[in-house]
Parts: sequence; structure tokens; C-alpha cells
Amino acid sequence: MNWTKTLRVTSIFVVIFIAIILSFPLNEKINLGLDLQGGSHIILECVDTPNAPVDSDSVNRVLEIIRNRIDQLGVSEPVIQRQGAKRILVQLPGVDDPEAAVEVIGKTALLEFKNEKGETQLTGAHLLNAKESFDQFGRPIVLIEFDKIGAKEFGEATKNNVGKILAITLDGKEISAPVVQEPILDGKAQITGKFTVESAKHLAILLRAGALPVQVEILENRSVGPTLGRDSISKGVKAGIVGLILILLFMLIYYKGFGLIANFALVVCMLLIVGALAGIKATLTLPGIAGIILTIGMAVDANILIFERIKEELKLEKTFRASIDAGFSKAFRTIFDANVTTLIAALALFYFGTGPIKGFAVTLSIGILASMFTAIVVTKIVLELVANKFSYKALV
Amino acid sequence: MDLIGEKKFDFTKNRKIAYFISSVIILIGLISIIFQGFDYGIDFAGGTLLQIRFDKPISTEEVRNVLGEFNLSRSTIQNLSENEFVLRTEKIDQEQRKEILSSFRENLAELDILRVETVGPVIGENLKKLAIYALLFAFIGIILYITIRFEFKFSIISIIALLHDCLIVLGIFSLFHKEITISIIAAVLTIVGYSLNNTIVILDRLRENIKLKTRESFENLINISVNQSLSRTINTALTTILPILALYFFGGNILSDFALALFLGMVAGTYSSIFIASPLLLEWNKIFKIEQKGIKITTKKKGKK
Repeated sequence: MNWTKTLRVTSIFVVIFIAIILSFPLNEKINLGLDLQGGSHIILECVDTPNAPVDSDSVNRVLEIIRNRIDQLGVSEPVIQRQGAKRILVQLPGVDDPEAAVEVIGKTALLEFKNEKGETQLTGAHLLNAKESFDQFGRPIVLIEFDKIGAKEFGEATKNNVGKILAITLDGKEISAPVVQEPILDGKAQITGKFTVESAKHLAILLRAGALPVQVEILENRSVGPTLGRDSISKGVKAGIVGLILILLFMLIYYKGFGLIANFALVVCMLLIVGALAGIKATLTLPGIAGIILTIGMAVDANILIFERIKEELKLEKTFRASIDAGFSKAFRTIFDANVTTLIAALALFYFGTGPIKGFAVTLSIGILASMFTAIVVTKIVLELVANKFSYKALV
Repeated sequence: MDLIGEKKFDFTKNRKIAYFISSVIILIGLISIIFQGFDYGIDFAGGTLLQIRFDKPISTEEVRNVLGEFNLSRSTIQNLSENEFVLRTEKIDQEQRKEILSSFRENLAELDILRVETVGPVIGENLKKLAIYALLFAFIGIILYITIRFEFKFSIISIIALLHDCLIVLGIFSLFHKEITISIIAAVLTIVGYSLNNTIVILDRLRENIKLKTRESFENLINISVNQSLSRTINTALTTILPILALYFFGGNILSDFALALFLGMVAGTYSSIFIASPLLLEWNKIFKIEQKGIKITTKKKGKK
């Protein structure tokens, strides 16, 4: 073995080594998309209402209030971004109950106290604090505390309504309708309603973060529970393993020694894909897993083209080595052209696709590049090494 | 082992049969697309999707009855297993969803919410536009590439083959009321990119043979080229289809339609590259009265007069 060859063989090992380093440990290095780890992807739009038209300032306030609410929900690493003039993108990875989270985010949360005629006496604009608690019967309640101005207004409202109902409503819906026994002047009150521990907690969060200045509408909401996410991963992995085994067997049975070389190249290709995903910190989604599985099949295509070409060259009475060279150089253009067209399609998907589909475009593109590299470089080097030791007959 | 071997099939002689089969399938699909259109998923049409798992077996009827109380009895209900369902309804908001879910809990059984997707009409329209842009971008990009690398004639043939494959997949999806979602568009785009592979392999071989075997008639050259490429065409198709089948059977319900579209596209693509694409070159030469000697079509543009 001469120097150039040693260098080439070493380079394969270096590449494999880097790929493994990049991707180890797997569960820390691969970012999972919301569809795999569970979570919510929400697009909100601030909508104009006669009372509260939307302007840039109100959108920013909505953004702040929503950020505040999400922080209090205890979601780790949320994404909260303004998108265009009126839209807000919210991504909540790993929430256990996406439905509850969406509810907390989208609510206007306008707290109002209304008299028997339905007239608003005061709102929750001057709240100092709100927290969940229990009454003497152990039922969940929400304790609220007004600031100075609020306490004064609340005192007025209770004074004017002694012996009457002062209903508490949230976004126009009645939570409870207590009868005022006596004026409350210290600005402290409790809201009893049909709360669960959870809903009392959420109401407290909403009241603390404040009401949204304008109404928001949920334009898009894609939420996946953690159960389905885990399920998707295990199903995707299973499909991948079955696909891989089928291909490995097919290649081994049909192409024997050549097949073994192609299988080695395929395994290297898989390592490279995972390494590249980890290296560029791409997000793996469910369609992304499908892209990798698809690549398993596409990756051996180049090898098949090369082997078939070598077979043909051998029929022209060339030596094994000469056939390998001719086979590679003649198959190269075809492999290149065929992969470029797939890459163009993947690019279109990446550019125009949204969410998880982008993940498919990413793994497909990486897969195509990795498979080209392994077929043209890895397969060739291995085949040349093998050709030194074995005849063509020994391989088929 | 050589399954296909050196057999010689006459692809050009029987090309009319292939044209006929393709035309019939595409025509049925087109009629379906024109008259019943596509069943757009919530990605494009807007709406709400709920995937729920009850903790005991529940019948589709029971689920439909509960939805009926909310005037949603027209929703699609797909049961994935005896206790797991995918419900697709018109767009329903948070409050309504909560009421429906608690009605399920009260009347049927305790349940787990696996997936909720709500897409408003604005987003749906937007996604539709993006999907069309993506398809156009891919088509134009590929036409340009093929035109640069091959002759214009080849690129026209490739496009016909592409349209053939896409129409078959979309036609079947329309005919069998399969939902068109973003994933299906992704599958179609992948088919657009991949199904060209086999066509390119054969056209590449044809181009080579045209240079080498100047004495053969063009008809023979096509036959020789398709036959020479046959075992690799079939093997590469097979190796791509095997993992797609694995995806279809083991990948779960979210990916199964995606895998189905890919599968149909791969089969159509392999078929069209063998039986449709190369024989079409022959038609091209006949239409444009190009002499059936290989040498004349290799030199660009000269032959077109």
C-alpha cells in the first residue's frame, strides 16, 4: 500500500470518527422537533375590534404579556417571536398539556366586576397580585389584591352594591356571582368559582400577567402530546431499522461481495447523516426521520449504478482494476445528474416548506450529499483495496 | 445471480400499449380531479384535527354521536385502533374543543389527547400558495438543469414523464379521497426529484450509445439502451421502494399516506422511465421529421430543422 492510498483510507476513518464524535451522546446532540418531543406551535394574530384597534405598540404589549404568562407556566426554552405586523409565533417544547397551555396563552383575560344591571364597575387593570389558594372547605380559590387606585375603586363598587350581587366575569363569562355582605376597603378579595387546582392556578397566572390590550385569535395551533411524540420516535426508528435490514439483505443476496461493500458504505452514510445533523444543530422532525429512511434506499442506488457499470466493463474483456476505474468514471455523471434533480426538489421544499416538512428537506439533502460522498469516495477506496486481494469472481 | 440478465424486450414495438395504459390511468385520475377535486387536509382547507386515545374500546358510531351534539356529525372520523381516533372537523376554537372533549369523557370514556392541530383559513390559503410555489420552483429548476445538461428534447421528455408520475399519484389520491396535506406535496416533490433519476440513467445510456453505435437505427438504440439499463433501473427502484414499504407498514399513521404517495410515485416513475420516456423520443423524431439515424440527434439544434 502506497502513501496516497494510506492517506485515503485514513481520511475515511477520520470522517467516520468526526461523525461519531459529533453525534455522541445521541440523545443530547440531536434536537428533536416539537412533533417528536411533544409541544405546541402556535401562531396568534392580534385582531382589530372597535374598542381596541391594533397598533405596533399593542402588539408589543401582547408579546410581553404572553411571554410573562409562558414564563409563569414554567415552559423551558419557549420561542416567542413577532412575525410581521400583527402575528406572534409561540413555540412551547415539551409541555405536558398543550391544550391548557394554549388556553392560557390565547385568553384576553379581561377581569370585570359587574353589578346586577350588568354594568362594569371596575376591571382587573389595577391588580397588584393574584394567587391561587384554598378556602376553609379546601376548595381551590384565587386571592386577588388591588393596588391603591384599584382598592379605592373596589371599595366604591362594594359600597354601592351591599346586599346585591357583584358578578365577577372573565372575558365576559361569569366566574362567580357573590353577594356583597359589606364594603371591602382593604383591596383584598377572593374569587370562588368552580375551580380545579389547575384552573385556579391558570387564572392566577392570567391575572398576574394582566389582560391583553387587544383581542388575539389563534390562526394556527399544532400541538403534540408527549405520548404521541415518543410513539412517533419509536415507530420511525422501527421503520428505519426494518428498511435498513431489508436493504442490507437485498444487497448482500443480489450483489454478494459487492453488496457487502455497498452495505459498509451505507452504514458509513448513516453515520455521516447523523453526524451532520448534530453538527449543524438541525432539528429532527418526524418527516425528517422519513427523509433518513428514504435516503437508506437512495444511498445504495449509486452503488448499484457503479457495480452494474463495472460488470459491463468486465464484459469488454477489461481487467478488474481497469473496469473499476471505467465503471466509476462512467457512472459518476449519471449519479451526479440524478442527485442534483432530487436536491433541487429538496431545496424547493426547504425554501417554501414550513415546520416539520422543513426537517424532511434537511435530512433528504444531507442524505443525498452523504450518499454521493460514500458512493464515490468510500465505495471506491474499499473496492480498490479489495481488488488488490481478490479477483472479480471471488466477489460475485 | 442475475434476475434480469441479457433478455431483450422490445420496448419501442409495444410502446402503444404502454401509452394506452398510462393514458387510461391518467384520464381516470383527471376526471376524478376535475369532477370531485381533492380532499384537502386541514393544512390547506383549514379546520381542526384531534387525535385522541380512549382508555377502553369505543366505536366510531359512539364518537360520531357525540360530535353530532355539537353539529359536527359531518366530520371525518378515522379509527386507528379500537380506542384511538383521528377526528377532522371544521375549525373549532379552544372553548368548543374543551366542551367536546369533556363530553367524550362524560359519555364515552377517559381519554388522552395525543395531537391537536388547528389551522385557520388564512394560514391554509397561505400554505396552498407556498405549496404551489414549491412545485413550480422545483419543476422550473429541474427543467433548467436538464436543459443545460441534456438536449432540450430530453428535458421536454423528462417533463412529460414527471407530469405523468405526478398526475398518477394525484389522480389516485383524488379518486380514493385521500387527503392532500403538506406531507403529500412533499412526497410529490420528492417524486419529481427522484423519478427523474431512472429517466436520466436511461437517457444517459442512450446518449452514449448514439455516439458509439452510429450504425443502429434510433429505434434499436432506444431498445438497446433501455435493456442495458433494465437491471439497474429495477434494482434501484426496488431498493428505494423497500424502505418506503417499511415506512408505510411500521412508520405510524402520521406517515402512512406520505409513504403511500411515495410508493405510488416510485412505481409510476420506474414504469414511465422504462415504458414511456425513451419511446417518446421516437415520437418526437417522427413529429419533427428527424431522420432516424442516431448521429443526427446528437448535434444540438441541427436536427430540428
